[in-house]
Amino acid sequence: MALPFEKPIEDLEAKIREMQAYADEQQVDLAEEISLLEQRLERLKRETFAHLTRWQRVLVARASGRPTALDHVAAFVDDFVELHGDRALGDDPALVAGLGRVDGAGVVVLAQQKGRDTKENIHRNFGMAHPSGYRKAMRMMEMADKFGLAVVALIDTPGAYPGIAAEEQGQAWVIAESIRRMSRLRVPAVAVVVGEGGSGGALAIGVANRVLILENAVYSVISPESCAAIRWRDAAEAPRAAEALKLTSADLLEQGVVDEVVAEPLGGAHKDPAAAVAATAAAVRAALASLRGLGEQEIVRARAERFRHMGRVLVDSA
Amino acid sequence: MALERWFRRQRPTRGDDDATPAGLWVKCSACHAQLYRKDLVAHLYVCKECGHHERMPVAARIAMLADEGSFEPWSGAVRPVDALGFVDVEPYAERLAAVQHKAGRPDAIVTGAARIEGERVALAVMDFQFLGGSMGSVVGEEIARAAERAGEEERALVMVAASGGARMQEGALSLMQMAKTTVALEHLASRRLPYVSVLTDPTTGGVTASFATLGDVIFAEPDALICFAGPRVIQQTIKQDLPAGFQRAEFLLRKGMIDDVVPRGELKRRLATVIGLLRAGGAAAPGALPAGA
Repeated sequence: MALPFEKPIEDLEAKIREMQAYADEQQVDLAEEISLLEQRLERLKRETFAHLTRWQRVLVARASGRPTALDHVAAFVDDFVELHGDRALGDDPALVAGLGRVDGAGVVVLAQQKGRDTKENIHRNFGMAHPSGYRKAMRMMEMADKFGLAVVALIDTPGAYPGIAAEEQGQAWVIAESIRRMSRLRVPAVAVVVGEGGSGGALAIGVANRVLILENAVYSVISPESCAAIRWRDAAEAPRAAEALKLTSADLLEQGVVDEVVAEPLGGAHKDPAAAVAATAAAVRAALASLRGLGEQEIVRARAERFRHMGRVLVDSA
Repeated sequence: MALERWFRRQRPTRGDDDATPAGLWVKCSACHAQLYRKDLVAHLYVCKECGHHERMPVAARIAMLADEGSFEPWSGAVRPVDALGFVDVEPYAERLAAVQHKAGRPDAIVTGAARIEGERVALAVMDFQFLGGSMGSVVGEEIARAAERAGEEERALVMVAASGGARMQEGALSLMQMAKTTVALEHLASRRLPYVSVLTDPTTGGVTASFATLGDVIFAEPDALICFAGPRVIQQTIKQDLPAGFQRAEFLLRKGMIDDVVPRGELKRRLATVIGLLRAGGAAAPGALPAGA
């Protein structure tokens, strides 16, 4: 389904297809007309995507057809073996964990997985992990540390699941512990926000040496809808809340929350998933390569420094 | 998630002395008994009729925990910035200025050095009256500085948490304070210095999901609401009534999430005792644990 602002683009695409079909059918040469329309399409896409509002970026980040975390994993992880379970409560399909190789070197993969369709979305709980998911992530961080495997985390979640069982099992506790466990990793960690970076549930696997974000992904302390419900007392004000929250890749780069923005194909990752996952793959490879050769203490120290300096304050001179 | 609006509606009781209407009588927010104001203050803001623990102003909390004359403030020099130019129904910068004026402090936390029954500690107390005790860059920075200085000065850290969560007006920068405070706590862990967290009503969202639940020992005050997602959010998600006592201190004690529920009158003694016990192992040598262990 097209996003509202994609309508003119889709209309033009349909027109080009129609013209092409007519040309083929009637054996007439419309190459020049089609080429002109294609140029117009390119311009339209460029203009539309250069001027997306923050709320429109949120919609792109959540668009159906956008590559999921596991789609990205498939593009850059060789020999991927999923490992299940947290060894205590169960197995959480919203947070997938496993082993694999990137450029020959072993890695631990953590991936917050949304569904590609309704059935998978229900199975994956829309990418919202329970405490079990974070316990599994911590178990895998332990394994990464033990075997000297870098950690690659793919973030795509509306947030940690807000439910009765999740609260009873200590959702807050596991997120805090996961943040701490990840900050202690003696191996390099790279995190990529590929869709939605929803609050603490995202940060739990986001305490990395290098934090990347896809061009149209968002990362926020609260969803625009919830923010609107609290600050404007009306969830329908989500577009205004998205503006206020400054949650786009460009905003986050400016705030120093992310280190790098991975460009998406024109029209968004959902329009050309193959190109999108290829770009992510190249960026993750480069990020891992940049961290290779650092000593254990340096890795821990650099990561701690990265997060220690987050935020903006004024300090009065004494 | 900041839930300050909801909390404001639920609990009409005011906190800070100077913010309270100058009435002689106040109503218990649980049993609605009429209480003589001076009595309530003398009883550490605990209702003598029903034992309900009202929210407590920061100054009273420090007076209650720190040995007389022992508290020396560390916080105050770090001031908030409206980094996002955040505007909802009113600009964040204006809200901040108004709240700062009323509270007489730059943000939602006070830290300092203190003694608790003689134990040398760093004491941090969050101020729920200040924008719902929400954690933005300043709260994160003050906690990080307190943890670092506690490490340098060989002090235990006592944290009295009260917060609606991360401060949404500072966006992802607030979210990052969860990681910032967590890495700063390593200055205590690496020196084997105790960190005791006291969860008071309410402790929620990103504060619960970071430093507040990372204490070596976690105490909570009776009936305190302690959660990640607030009750209203959960109710909206699952469209069911919540079990009685859900997310309250006693419930979390049964679920194994906290070490104990400690009535306010016993808190000081209990803190001094556990800090003394944790420090009785002779493991307080600086750098006793390797970095990253």
